[in-house]
Amino acid sequence: MAKKDITCTVNGKVRTYSVDVRESLSDMLRGQAGLDSIKHGCDVGECGACTVLIDGKPFNSCIYMAIWAEGKEIITLEGLSDTKGALSDIQQAFIDEGAVQCGFCTPGFIMASIPIISSETESSREEIRRQISGNLCRCTGYENIVNAIEKTQKKRIAEKKSK
Amino acid sequence: MDIIGTSLKRVDAFDKVTGKAKYTPDLIPPHALVAKVLHSTIANGWVKEFDLSEAWKVEGVVDIVTCFDVPDIQFPTAGHPWSTDPKHQDIADRKLLNARVRCYADDIAAVIAEDELAAEEAVRKIKVTYEEFTPILTMEDAMKEGAITIHEEKPNNVVVKSAYEVGSFEEAIKEAGLTKVVGDYETPIVSHCHIESANSFAYMESGKIVVVSSTQIPHIVRRVCSQALGVGFGDIRIIKPYIGGGFGNKQDALTEPLNAYLTTRVGGRPVVLAYTREETFACTRTRHAMKFHIESYVRKDGSFAARSIKAYSNQGAYASHAHALVANAVNGFRMMYPVGAIKGEAYTVYTNLATAGAMRAYGIPQIGFALEAHVDDIAKQTGLDPLKLRTQNMMKLGYVDPMTTITCHSTGLEECIQRGEQYLSYTKKREEYAKQTGPIRKGVGMAIFCYKTGVYPISLETSACRMVLNQDGSLQMQIGATEIGQGADTVFAMMAAQTIGLTMDKIHVVSKQDTDVTPYDTGAYASRQTYVSGMAVKKTAESFRKKLLEFAGFMLKKDPWDLDIKENYIVHTNKDEHLLSVADVAIESCYSLTNSTHIAAEESHHCTDNTYSFGVCYTELEVDIPMCQIKILDIINIHDSGKIINRQTASGQVHGGMSMGLGYGMYEHLKFDPKTGRMLNDNLLDYKLMTAIDTPELHADFVETDDPTGPYGNKSLGEPPTIPVAPAIRNAVLNATGVAINAIPLHPERLFNAFTEAQLI
Repeated sequence: MAKKDITCTVNGKVRTYSVDVRESLSDMLRGQAGLDSIKHGCDVGECGACTVLIDGKPFNSCIYMAIWAEGKEIITLEGLSDTKGALSDIQQAFIDEGAVQCGFCTPGFIMASIPIISSETESSREEIRRQISGNLCRCTGYENIVNAIEKTQKKRIAEKKSK
Repeated sequence: MDIIGTSLKRVDAFDKVTGKAKYTPDLIPPHALVAKVLHSTIANGWVKEFDLSEAWKVEGVVDIVTCFDVPDIQFPTAGHPWSTDPKHQDIADRKLLNARVRCYADDIAAVIAEDELAAEEAVRKIKVTYEEFTPILTMEDAMKEGAITIHEEKPNNVVVKSAYEVGSFEEAIKEAGLTKVVGDYETPIVSHCHIESANSFAYMESGKIVVVSSTQIPHIVRRVCSQALGVGFGDIRIIKPYIGGGFGNKQDALTEPLNAYLTTRVGGRPVVLAYTREETFACTRTRHAMKFHIESYVRKDGSFAARSIKAYSNQGAYASHAHALVANAVNGFRMMYPVGAIKGEAYTVYTNLATAGAMRAYGIPQIGFALEAHVDDIAKQTGLDPLKLRTQNMMKLGYVDPMTTITCHSTGLEECIQRGEQYLSYTKKREEYAKQTGPIRKGVGMAIFCYKTGVYPISLETSACRMVLNQDGSLQMQIGATEIGQGADTVFAMMAAQTIGLTMDKIHVVSKQDTDVTPYDTGAYASRQTYVSGMAVKKTAESFRKKLLEFAGFMLKKDPWDLDIKENYIVHTNKDEHLLSVADVAIESCYSLTNSTHIAAEESHHCTDNTYSFGVCYTELEVDIPMCQIKILDIINIHDSGKIINRQTASGQVHGGMSMGLGYGMYEHLKFDPKTGRMLNDNLLDYKLMTAIDTPELHADFVETDDPTGPYGNKSLGEPPTIPVAPAIRNAVLNATGVAINAIPLHPERLFNAFTEAQLI
C-alpha cells in the first residue's frame, strides 16, 4: 500500500515519518514514535483514550489520519512533563485528587483537560463535565477527575492574577 | 506511626499519569503475528463445512485454524479456584473453537497472519456452511418441552437447579393476620465496559507457552490454559502487566486459551489476539439477566413471618461462572433479612445469548434491585415505614447463616441507615413528596445491602506474598493478588509499611504478576484481596520484621525481643532513640564477613473465615413525567467496610461503583435482535455508558467498624458500592410518582410505558 512521508512537530521536536496512507495518527505515534501513553479503547472515536492535542485542540488520534498531521503540532501525555521528568500541574493534580484508578483512560483525560485548565475564566463543574464528555472512564465515576481539573484551572487563574 | 487509615497517594499513580505504565498492548514484541477470530453469523446450529480457498490466497496469511482442527477437549473458563472434587468443578462446556454454534458471534475459526489487515481480510473470505436452528433467546423458550438442546450434557437447557428452605414456609404462612406482598422483578444484561478491551499475546520460550494478558487472575488462567490444551500447569506461564479495568469480565479465561494454542501452531512465534471493542462486548462475558418472583408475609408490626423467592438466571451460551451467581443472589435474599421462614429456588438456564459471567458484586446487584424494590413495595402496601421495616428485619451482629455458616462479625449498617437519613432528611421528604401532583415531581429513595468478603466456605482460598530486603533497607514485595485499578498495590504497600515499621518510600511493590515467579494467589475477585491476601501480606511482614530484628539483635548484641522498628530505625521497644537504621542492618546482613545472610520472607495464608460488609444508598431525584426523564439531585453511598485502609482510594471505589449502579439503574442494557440473536448495541456509542455530563456529583461516606476477622479490621469494599444504587433510584421514582417499576434500566421508554399504564400521561 502507498506510503507517504509526513513531517510534523511531536512534543516539541520536528520529525518525519513514513506512513501507510491508511494509517491512523495513533498507530503512527505508538508504532513509530513509541508514544505508548496513547491508548486504544475502541478504535472508532468513542472512548477518548487516544486523545492528543493537535495545534492545541484535543482530537481522538485513532480516527485522525496520519497523513492529515503534515505540518501540525502534536502534543501527547509524554510531552507534558519537562525534559527532566518533572510533572506538570495537571498530572500532579490527577495524583493528588485520586483521579487515577486503572489508568487506561488517564492519558486521554489529561490531554482533554488541557484547554480547560488553560482557560482565562473559571468554568463551572457542569462546563468541565461537558468538555470531558468525549472521554469515557469506568472506574472513577468522574468525580475526582472533575476535581483535579477544577482545582488546576483555579490554581492557574489565581497564579495569572497574582502576576 | 499510623499509615493504615490515611489517604496516601497511589503507588502506581506516577507511572499512570506519565504514560510509563505498561499494559499488554504496550509490550507486544516487534513483528508479532496477528490473529483474528471468525465469529459465527448464526446463533444456534452446526458448522458443517468451511471453504478456506479464498482466505488462503490473502497475502500474509500464515495459518488458518478451524473448529475441526482444535484439540477435542472441553474446558471450563470461570475464574474460580479449582476444585479437586469433580462434583464441584466448573462446567467444561466449550472447546477452543466450536462446531456446535451456541450464540451469535461464537468462535468457529481463526486466522494467523503477518499483520492485522491480512488477518481481517482472510477472516472475511472464509465461507461457512451451517445447519441452522431457531435461536433460543429467552429462558421460557429454553425450558419449554421439546426445546432444542444447546449442550448435550444438559438436555433440558437447565444448567443447574437448586433450592433451600430455612424453617417451614408452609407452616409459617398459616399464622393469622399476615399481609401477603407479591412482586416480580427483572434485571437486564449489561456489559463491564473496561476501557482496555480483552487482549493478549502469546509466544513460546524455554519450552513453555507464555501468555501476556490483561487478566485479573493470572494463576487461574494458567490452570485453564493447561486444561484447554491438555498440557501441564507448568508448561504455561502467564504474565499480567497493568490492566485497564476488569470488573469481573477478566475473572474468566477470555482470549488466553486460544491464544496459547495459536502460538503452538506457528512454532512459538508471538501471536497477538486482541479483541475489538465490538468483540469485547459480544464475545467475552456479560452480567446475567435475572427474573425474580418474591412473596412476603408480613406481620402488622412489620416483622417478616415468611418469604420465598424463585429466581431465573439467563446464562447465555456457555456456563462460565454458571449457577454460582444466582445461588449467591438467592443466598443474599436470605442473609439480608434473616428472619422468619425463608425458602429459595434458583435456575440457571442456557440460551443462545452472549455468555454471562462474573460482574462486580456477582449476582447481588440483581437481587439487590429485586429485594430492595420489594421492601419498598411492602412499605407501600402496608403503610409501614421503609427504614423501620429494614432496621427491624435486617441482619444483626452475631448472625450465623444456617446454610453457609458465614457469621456477622461486625456491623455498622444501622448507623449507615441513620447517617443517610440525616444527610437527606429522607423521612420528612418522603412524606412531603408523596403528596405531589403535576408533571415534575421530586422523590427520595434508599436501599441497603450486605455483601460477603471472599468465597469461604465454598473454597479455601490461598494467598501468598514474598518480601526481599534490598541492601539500602528498602524491600521488594511480590504478591499473587492483582492490581486491576482498585488500588490493591497501594493498600498492600501500606499494610507492609505499617506492620514492619518502614515508611512508604521503602516499599517497592512489584505490580506485575508472572506465574513462573510470583507467589500463588487466585486473583482479584469477590472483593477478597484486602481481606484474604491482606492477611498473607501481614503474615509475611511479621515474619520479615522478625528476621530484621534478629539480625539487628546480633549486630547490637541485644535480645531481638527488646527491639522494635519505627520509621526505618531499630529502637528499643517503647523508646524512640535510634540504635541503628534498617539500612545499616540491610547492608551488614548482606556483606557481613561472618554472618552474611539474605533477609527475605514468604508466607501464605488460607482464609477460613468470611464476614459481611454493609451499606446504603440514598438519593433524591426529580422525575419529569411528560418527558419520561429522571434527574438525580443528590446521591450518597455510606459503607461499613470495616476499617478503611486508604480513605482516598476507598472513596474512589465507592464513586466508581455508584457510577456503575447509576448506569445499571437508568441507562445500560444490551439489546439483541429477536430474530437472529445478534447483539445490537455492541459499541460505546449505542451502549449508554455514562459520560461525565450524565453523572451527578457522587458522595461517599464510611461508618468504620473494626472487624475481628480482617487483617486490619477491614472487610469487602471493591464491588459493594454498585449494589444499592439502582433500587434506591427505583424507590425514589416510586416516592415521586406512586408508580412501582419492577424492571431496570429506568430509561425513557420504560418510564413512558409505566406512566402511560398508570395514566400519568
